[in-house]
Amino acid sequence: MVEHGDIRVVHCGGSKINFRDPVITHDSRFLLCASGEAVKVFSTSTEECIHELRGHTGLVTGVLLRPSNHLQVYSSSLDGTLRLWDFTDGILIKVGQRFQLVAVHLPQSGDQMVEAQELSAVLSGVNPNPAAIAFGRGGEFIASVNDLQLEVYFFKKQKSYRFFLKEDNKKGGWNTFTCVACHPKDDCIATGHEDGKIRLWRNFNHKKEYTYSTLHWHHSTVSSLCFTPEGTNLLSGGVESVLVQWRYNQESERDFLPRLGGAITHITVSPDGSLFCTSHSDNKITIIQSCVKVSAVIQGLVKGDSIRTDLMMDPRSKALVLNGKPGHLQFYSLQRDKLLYNLDIVQQEYIHESGLQQFEVVKAAFDASGSWLATVEERHQKAAELELNLKLWAFDEQTQSFVLNTTISAPHDAQITAMCFCQPTDSQTTLLVSTSKDGHFKAWQLAAPAHTEDEGPSWLCDFVSAYHGLVPECCSFSADGSLLAVVFQEVVTVWSPSTWELLTTLSQPPGAVSDLCFGRLSCSKYLLGTTASNLLCWNLLTCSLEWTTSMDVRRLVADPLSENMAAFCYQSGSTDLFVFKPSEPRPLFSHKAVCSGKVTQAVFAPREEMLESCEESSQWLNRSQLYFLTHFSLITRFLLSPLKLVIDDSVAMTPFYLLLGKHRQQQQETALPQTSTSLLLLFFPFFSQLLQTPAHVLPSTSYLCSMFVQSLLISAHAEEEMESEKEEEDSEEEMESSRSKPELAAAAATESDTPALTKAQARELRRVRKLDHSWLAGLLDS
Amino acid sequence: MASFKPTKIQVYPKLGEKVTQDTLYWKNYKAPVQIKEFGAVTSIDFSPVTPHNFAVTAFTRIHIYGPFSQEPVKSFTRFKDTAYCGRFRSDGQLLVAGCEDSVVRLFDVSGKVALRLFKGHTKAVHLTDFTSDRYQILTGSDDYTCRLWDIPNATELTTYTEHTDYIRCGVTSKLNRDLFITGSYDHTVKLFDARVEKSVITMDHGQPVESVLLYPSEGLLVSAGGRHVKVWDLLKGGQPLVSLKNHHKTVTSLALSSNGQRLLSASLDRHVKVYNTTNYKVVHNFDYAASILSLGLAPDDASIVVGMTNSILSIKHRKNQEDSKEIAGQQRRRPSYRVFVKGKNYVPKQDDYLVSKPVKEHLAKYDKQLQRFNVSKALDTALGTYIRFRKPEITVAVIKELDRRGTLKNALAGRDERGLSQLLNFIIGNLVDARFTPVLVTAAEMILDIYQSVIGQSPVVDRQLLRLQDLVKREIEFQKDLLEVLGMLDTMFASSLPRKESASASAPTVDPFPTCSLNTDS
Repeated sequence: MVEHGDIRVVHCGGSKINFRDPVITHDSRFLLCASGEAVKVFSTSTEECIHELRGHTGLVTGVLLRPSNHLQVYSSSLDGTLRLWDFTDGILIKVGQRFQLVAVHLPQSGDQMVEAQELSAVLSGVNPNPAAIAFGRGGEFIASVNDLQLEVYFFKKQKSYRFFLKEDNKKGGWNTFTCVACHPKDDCIATGHEDGKIRLWRNFNHKKEYTYSTLHWHHSTVSSLCFTPEGTNLLSGGVESVLVQWRYNQESERDFLPRLGGAITHITVSPDGSLFCTSHSDNKITIIQSCVKVSAVIQGLVKGDSIRTDLMMDPRSKALVLNGKPGHLQFYSLQRDKLLYNLDIVQQEYIHESGLQQFEVVKAAFDASGSWLATVEERHQKAAELELNLKLWAFDEQTQSFVLNTTISAPHDAQITAMCFCQPTDSQTTLLVSTSKDGHFKAWQLAAPAHTEDEGPSWLCDFVSAYHGLVPECCSFSADGSLLAVVFQEVVTVWSPSTWELLTTLSQPPGAVSDLCFGRLSCSKYLLGTTASNLLCWNLLTCSLEWTTSMDVRRLVADPLSENMAAFCYQSGSTDLFVFKPSEPRPLFSHKAVCSGKVTQAVFAPREEMLESCEESSQWLNRSQLYFLTHFSLITRFLLSPLKLVIDDSVAMTPFYLLLGKHRQQQQETALPQTSTSLLLLFFPFFSQLLQTPAHVLPSTSYLCSMFVQSLLISAHAEEEMESEKEEEDSEEEMESSRSKPELAAAAATESDTPALTKAQARELRRVRKLDHSWLAGLLDS
Repeated sequence: MASFKPTKIQVYPKLGEKVTQDTLYWKNYKAPVQIKEFGAVTSIDFSPVTPHNFAVTAFTRIHIYGPFSQEPVKSFTRFKDTAYCGRFRSDGQLLVAGCEDSVVRLFDVSGKVALRLFKGHTKAVHLTDFTSDRYQILTGSDDYTCRLWDIPNATELTTYTEHTDYIRCGVTSKLNRDLFITGSYDHTVKLFDARVEKSVITMDHGQPVESVLLYPSEGLLVSAGGRHVKVWDLLKGGQPLVSLKNHHKTVTSLALSSNGQRLLSASLDRHVKVYNTTNYKVVHNFDYAASILSLGLAPDDASIVVGMTNSILSIKHRKNQEDSKEIAGQQRRRPSYRVFVKGKNYVPKQDDYLVSKPVKEHLAKYDKQLQRFNVSKALDTALGTYIRFRKPEITVAVIKELDRRGTLKNALAGRDERGLSQLLNFIIGNLVDARFTPVLVTAAEMILDIYQSVIGQSPVVDRQLLRLQDLVKREIEFQKDLLEVLGMLDTMFASSLPRKESASASAPTVDPFPTCSLNTDS
């Protein structure tokens, strides 16, 4: 990907945390979940992300605690590796290479992959959803559901039983299986169905005499089922976003926890049963105490079906703003990769029912100072007319949030296509312009109250106009607020907002203008527009076309702090980025194939402090950073869209890295004799480990110092010790694997073929780890 | 767990006037007392001394009413023809009046027979007044002259013949005994000084002047004539200050509210308008049954007296201050308030341990039902008598919410005759309300779909359905008419607007309010 030496594209966050079941550790203090190419460790009490276990190069598809050592965790990934981590310190312990065959066979889930290694002969055609497979009663059997069939395989008897259901019952429900869970103590399998029923299967080790009972509360698909560790309760969840707790054997008694958020996708219970956690379709994990009370919420970037509001920057909090959960705007901190808060725009109870038309936030706009926010929500019903609301929100300094000021119902007769605030430099009046498919554009103005008894100023329509009955597509104010450009298909009309006079019209057929941008600062005399095949630049002083280039620009973004503009062009399956000044014929920077697919959303975010970069090609990043949203479709079922960030390489350097790099350079310069190179080899793992370990778990410096000095001394005695230890450990591992569930056998197998290291390296690694353990143990004792 | 969000009740802008301090002040009058006089009431004059009796000139009589009596305290009936312009002297002892027979009569308020007769005019005298030194009388007549008379010996002092048409109104200065102002049908208002032979200032009103009024400071003069009320600055030599055109018929009478803050004008268009004298904006408006000829305002605005062409005298008395205070006092004494705030203002001490209690949120009854997805019950609750009649917007909001949830059909279905007729009644009552039409049309369609199989089984429901059909038909006709009028207005505006340079763009139409859709469904 890296074409330019100093600028590269970096994925910076916003990945899904609800992709797979999260895992709660044995002590219920941490929660682990797969998030894009990393595993995130959250604290269950503070909701903070403590570690990010990075190392996978593909999508992480499963996380599982190691049964023999509950401080370690396995993760599997689409890159074909299985990794073992120490999640308390966030250290990678082992990397296991899987067989490529397995990856091709069942690429979706970690635990499934492991099963397949063992049982590929007996279980075929399993559902790709990991919720459709469960182990029962201490690993005696495995249950798998697919479509209308439940299959139970007993490991001891090496025999499988299959049970079928009819396609639909008389009442018109659908019996398709969706998920399965097995009782930990009892011979009972719970299955969830598409019609909202839960069936409890018993006696399933007989082909004919099996029985099942039905529980019905959910009105639509049951998407997740889970038994508590003692087997006293069964938890179920679905689209309704209600967590239902059923008493085992007393099914009439139920507890409910309603309105958790989006549809429930996964339910997990901590090993001691004190915490439940539910993942939701709106990229959220809720941690619930066993008394059915929400204790914490971990919220990621919500990515709905489509981002209908563009990406925006909140001028006050410098947060990225886009529409999130239905009816909400989300404020997302790019620096901390954390959702700051959700602003409820619609203020209506969300009904969790598929196929229901809901109000959606479709447009939003901030004014230059961030004191006003305009939002448009719409609801489109099949038969009835469109419901539209334009809402104006004022920033309240006291509560530090947006407060609804004015609601305008039905501001236009048809959908609003674009909306923008005027950015006046001196005048106090704020102006909002909205364009609609009904052919009109309207200007809204903050008007003082007509009577002194009214609470405060509110927004009123100031001006309405149209142009030859054409549909306005987008609008833009010039930087000083003296000009308004409104695009009516092929024609760009320029208006004066003070007198509402049509000043001039510009057009360059063929092709409708789809994006419009005024130049800034020294380039404020230019107006840029994009058509399907061209990028156009008009000079507003001469009202003529300055230059034009033939390119398919999908998105044109202007940097608010400089005169630079970024254009994303779509060409033969990938997107190219050009950064240019309207006044200069040559682009400042170009990057071919930034990503595959189209880029439709991008935004410039101002930097907190300006950089002093002297290189010409990276100067445009001095004041602000460019963020864009990508649409990757990796698997046909998922749409993954991580955020990407373009940054300088120099910024990525951490202080530690600088320190290390300097050190290394010095050592290389001195050209040490052969012995010192071996010293380097053993020196670095320890050093890096020292740096990776969190400061609060490090022992005192004096203690470390002696160890550090010791590590520099290599004695023959120590090496012998190492050898014996290694053997011991190997045998230990074998014992572990034989004790644990079948999937660990695979893990052990993968462990044996660790990447080839030189013998000396391996020895040193081992030694350092040994040392590590010893001082950790010392710490624990103290 | 997010809490349940209650149903959003749409707030509609209040139609009609905004409530201001002025509306509260001017609405604070009792129901009017109506007294039938013998003819059109042409003049009302309040006595300057307490108890502020007022003289009402109607046909051939002048009645004097006390502040609270509905019967005349005193009547002067010795007029041979229609009397005009009965006015008190500043000490309230004497009363002067003109007459159609050109004779001016001076009465003692306590007596019955005229003390003096002033003869000299040749035509009807419409204007009479005392000068501020109390010894002279100003008269103006239809013979185009105005004269000053000496009271003690009933002789004519001066005659001014500058006006070229009937003199119908005038006023004397309260501060200077030599100054007086007359208004005439020759469109002019003239200021005379008795010390010189001629008028000092002439102001052109533009219409026949019906009434003139001096401010208490006498720096400003108000004249009414035609549809205009004009304010002149006398200290700047009669410079026009403001011209008000708020009536659509001739303005006949003017009055100042006692503190000089408000100006009242009465007109043949049956309205009395109240202006703010700082910005000359209309702040309040009174409606009367007939064209108003005369208007009087008691000191301290204690009563408004209006005389009309249908010979009705309407008196509005101000509500008593004590009455309203008493009501407010009763409300404050209500015991439940003390119970309500009990313990709320307790401030915890330093070492108190604060046990926080979750705030129980209050949900309306229909919201509680909606929370439990009891759609039919929610609609029943929202159709309760009080909500249905007093707050139909709540009922409509609940119907809208049910529609949004996709369960409106379930909620409407399964009703018996009473329930259905109640629902239909509500729909018939509110369907044509533009605020509710979009929601209720959907509901009405659903009701017709659901209950079409039972049509004909209940006479009550059938009758209501017929009413609904009739209503919709009428509404469609009405909307058609409205559209026609709109089209006519558009052509009128288009022809009257001057053509602009930027005619290439379609003429910008300023429409401050988004129009709601005009079509209704059958």
